[in-house]
Amino acid sequence: MKFTLSWLKEHLDTTASVDEIVETLTDLGLEVEDVVDPSAKLNAFTLGHVKSAEKHPDADRLNVCQVETDAGVLQIICGAPNARAGITVVVAKPGTYVPGIDTTIQVGKIRGVESHGMMCSEREMELSEEHDGIIEMPSGEVGQGYADWLAANDPASVDPMIEIAITPNRPDALGVHGIARDLAARGLGTLIKRAVEPVAGTFPSPIKVTIDADTRDGCPLFTGRVIRGVKNGPSPAWLQARLKAIGLRPISALVDITNFFTYDRNRPLHVFDAGIVKGDLRVHRAAGGESLTALDDKVYTFAPEMMVISDDAGAESIAGIMGGAHSGCTDATTDVFVESAWWDPVTIARTGRALKINSDARYRFERGVDPAFTLPGLELATRMILDLCGGEASEVVVAGEVPDHARTIRLDTDRVQSLVGMAIPAETQLAGLTALGFHIEGDTVHVPSWRPDVHGEADLVEEVARLASLSGLKGQPLTRAQPGVPKPVLTSAQKREQIARRTTAALGYDECVTYSFIDGPSAALFGGGGETTRLENPISSELSHMRPALLPGLLQAARRNQARGMTNMALFELGAAFCGGEPGEQQTEVTGLLIGRTGPKDVHGASRPVEIYDVKADAEAVLAAIGAPAKVQILRDGDAWWHPGRHGRICLGPKKMLGVFGEVHPKILREMDVKGPAVAFTLYPGEIPMPRNTSAARPPLVLNDLQAVERDFAFVVDRGVEALTLVNAAQGADKTLIEDVRVFDQFIGGSLGEDAKSLAITVRLQPRDATLTEKDLEAVSARIVEKVENATGGRLRSQGSTT
Amino acid sequence: MDDLRQKFIDLIAGATDEATLEQVRLSAIGKKGEVALKMRELGRMTPEERQTVGPALNALKDEIASAIAARKAGLEDAALDARLKGEWLDVTLPGRRRGALPGTIHPISQVWEEVTAIFADMGFAVAEGPQIETDWYNFDALNIPDHHPARGEMDTFYMHRTEDDDRPPHVLRTHTSPVQIRSMQQQGAPIRIICPGRVYRADYDQTHTPMFHQVEGLVLDKGTSMANLKWVLEEFFSAYFGTTVKTRFRASHFPFTEPSAEVDIQCSWEGGTVKVGEGDGWLEVLGSGMVHPHVLRAGGVNPDDWQGFAFGMGIDRIAMLKYGIPDLRAFFESDLRWLRHYGFSPLAVPTLHGGV
Repeated sequence: MKFTLSWLKEHLDTTASVDEIVETLTDLGLEVEDVVDPSAKLNAFTLGHVKSAEKHPDADRLNVCQVETDAGVLQIICGAPNARAGITVVVAKPGTYVPGIDTTIQVGKIRGVESHGMMCSEREMELSEEHDGIIEMPSGEVGQGYADWLAANDPASVDPMIEIAITPNRPDALGVHGIARDLAARGLGTLIKRAVEPVAGTFPSPIKVTIDADTRDGCPLFTGRVIRGVKNGPSPAWLQARLKAIGLRPISALVDITNFFTYDRNRPLHVFDAGIVKGDLRVHRAAGGESLTALDDKVYTFAPEMMVISDDAGAESIAGIMGGAHSGCTDATTDVFVESAWWDPVTIARTGRALKINSDARYRFERGVDPAFTLPGLELATRMILDLCGGEASEVVVAGEVPDHARTIRLDTDRVQSLVGMAIPAETQLAGLTALGFHIEGDTVHVPSWRPDVHGEADLVEEVARLASLSGLKGQPLTRAQPGVPKPVLTSAQKREQIARRTTAALGYDECVTYSFIDGPSAALFGGGGETTRLENPISSELSHMRPALLPGLLQAARRNQARGMTNMALFELGAAFCGGEPGEQQTEVTGLLIGRTGPKDVHGASRPVEIYDVKADAEAVLAAIGAPAKVQILRDGDAWWHPGRHGRICLGPKKMLGVFGEVHPKILREMDVKGPAVAFTLYPGEIPMPRNTSAARPPLVLNDLQAVERDFAFVVDRGVEALTLVNAAQGADKTLIEDVRVFDQFIGGSLGEDAKSLAITVRLQPRDATLTEKDLEAVSARIVEKVENATGGRLRSQGSTT
Repeated sequence: MDDLRQKFIDLIAGATDEATLEQVRLSAIGKKGEVALKMRELGRMTPEERQTVGPALNALKDEIASAIAARKAGLEDAALDARLKGEWLDVTLPGRRRGALPGTIHPISQVWEEVTAIFADMGFAVAEGPQIETDWYNFDALNIPDHHPARGEMDTFYMHRTEDDDRPPHVLRTHTSPVQIRSMQQQGAPIRIICPGRVYRADYDQTHTPMFHQVEGLVLDKGTSMANLKWVLEEFFSAYFGTTVKTRFRASHFPFTEPSAEVDIQCSWEGGTVKVGEGDGWLEVLGSGMVHPHVLRAGGVNPDDWQGFAFGMGIDRIAMLKYGIPDLRAFFESDLRWLRHYGFSPLAVPTLHGGV
């Protein structure tokens, strides 16, 4: 909402400065977004008096003037035809920036004669297009600021423009009058109230209006009248200036008048060309399918239930939103029908949204226009049309009646104290509410017709508090729910997420936060991209689907980093992935991605390409940190975006997957334009069972005095045999004695042939009761060999004691 | 005997390796060494002579033995010194890490934990909820009915609806306020929670991204007032920025609160950078107010019994302010250079006792 200071002063008698007004508006809840002060760019210009003007010795059109200024007499060369002795002018001294020619004035020589400034035209100061000569001031003293002179003699030309943000609850502040009311209630001046004088009609309106019975709820009141014999054309300068100052384009007197009242009183109006309207006007619901070319020259087709104003020839206006082009006013219009109606906000909002029209009328009607001002608004408009365009007004036609807007609220002046925590005397509260137009009888408050937002006690508290200014609010301690040291507040799941995040980062990964939506094709590569997770209105096709996993977003991040020349990276993210479009169809994932080498080239030769055993170790480390069971299964046959032979699912049984690690499928890398090698892990913290024992106490430490013994075994097995099978078999040979089984060597091919490999394990035996004899050792070794050979189909290659 | 002593002391001092020293030892105090030979002569001496010569010979033997030991240690030290001299390494070469260099924690996560630590001390629990929401939780329950202009102003992302599904489309939550409703429904009043999380608005320019992070606060109790809200926020900002921060409340409007206030924090703008907690400028950072009775009812809480406040602010926004991060969009671009520059050590867990 924009307005100018002088416009405001037509409704508010005040001596407050622009700064005071701006500060007060923001404090009242009418937040000032912009202030444009046209005098700001004129501050350096001062008045001067031309003492003499003589022909330039070397140029016919130029005059050498001696100009008296606040900086003494300056010699200024001037080419304006009206430059002559005796006139008072506007001077730009050296150093002054002249906006119209985008130049800062310097001392210079023009054809050999020095010039110490410039005498300006209006165009040079961007005040108008006037450039026939320099300004001749009708009054003013030498040295007086030009802006000061304008403020005193032509305030409209330096009228400051103020723009405020209007919250949806304050339609009354969409009119300058309503803004003035707020400021007056705060004590920043007196609201100027002018009685609306009805214009007596001299003939019955030849156009009548009816509202269909089923449309009364959407249009309770429609008033209008014909004015005949008007002369349309450009509106007067003051009106044009006012509209231009708030960014509106003057069109014609009739249109400008409707725009004026839209902003002056929040009273949208429409003017039909009465010469084009066929018969009477009828307000009704669309049957559906009718169409209309509106004033914006676009064709709109009505859906059933939308409200339309039609004449005998069909639809003429999208009721309360935009008039039709066909019956709109032109310069040739002589007879008009002026409409001032009240439209139901909900219906207007829905129609406006469906038709995608953003007009001033829709904006105002959907927020709420003062229903009681419908007829007075028509009278004000009639008066101005008669004043500016001439003509003769008919009697008013009225269909329907002012909708019942009466509301009362019980006033409890203690409520401000209890809800806001500010002590405001009851009389102050009552005076403030009265100034805002509330009518008070005892403890009953009647809400004014222009405040559709006020419904309950809390609304009254808000009015009182904002008038008193929340800037005076003093903080009061919020007592603790319980005295003493606060209890921990994080849930186990929240703590797990934090630990997972910091552990992953400690393992060398940089945390990313990527968008929750990605492009459809990438989502599809990871099992998503379907209709349920599609956004109806994405801001771009790159961000069209909820991500089915975190990995695609990280791969895209990797691609962007590779494009910047980064080759090695470790990225991770912790966040939600979406398996569907219903609330709750999301799960938390932790995904880490390694790309390139383990590090840059290195004097110690430690750098090597990343491989799945890196991400496996990292996944295990994070799982351990968040308390996952140590005993897990590693299963194959995971999702299609993994290398089929190089990934493993970390499971507790076939159905419970805690996570997955592996090499990203080369096809995925190609599709997503990422250079490999790329290995990744994803963990699902929600799947990891919470430890049953929540006690802080540890189980007792059991130490054994008997020394542990380690034995090594090497087996030749088929190449496809998995190490874990071998380890589990060995472990099963003696569950009490065998403490740990560790794979320490793998050798493939060579003398064993292409299809075989050798796997070597260390078995750690912890005697429980007595030292192991050589015989005991032989017995357990034999069992281990037997178990392993049975489980793997392999054979023992060698064994020995660990050195 | 003095000659003998001097002879061997000189020989010991002159020995330059262990073998020579052993030769000296054998020839001096070995079984057939010269000192041993002298010992044998003791038998032929008178008891009186024996009493002086015996101890002298023993002393000589001991002296030679310790001189040899000392020389031996000296030779060993010299040998070690010589070896170590050859073992010189270039200590300016880079160190060898036994694991990867630690990575970094994203500023949003760090600030999330900082905010949690501060509010936890004031008794706030952390509530979370779904990011895809029904329009009821995101709008209606928060006193934003279908036709409310605020719906249009929120730049809401809608989920696609198939034609055979005539429910209103779900939305990507535009704020974390739906979590307030869900929490009220689950636990009723009194309640004291913060709700951090991702939120979405269809907007992208210099200062807006289609996804950002919000933290909302909700307190319901008997007699909780806006003055308590001001105290909580001033306590929070002072703890968060590590300096006393004044706030300024300005009347405003949000559908879900009544009365409503926008809150500015004190700052200075010198040299193009914002410094919070000093100067006489103000910076708008959050919206707040007393929870609207309609919202309480939607959460199943009786507004005649309970009242309280709610507030919401951008986590990304306060992260930018505290850590001097200029561009919001960069938060979500995962540029490694940015992550490493603005990220935090995984060990730097924010705590109140250590300072957040």
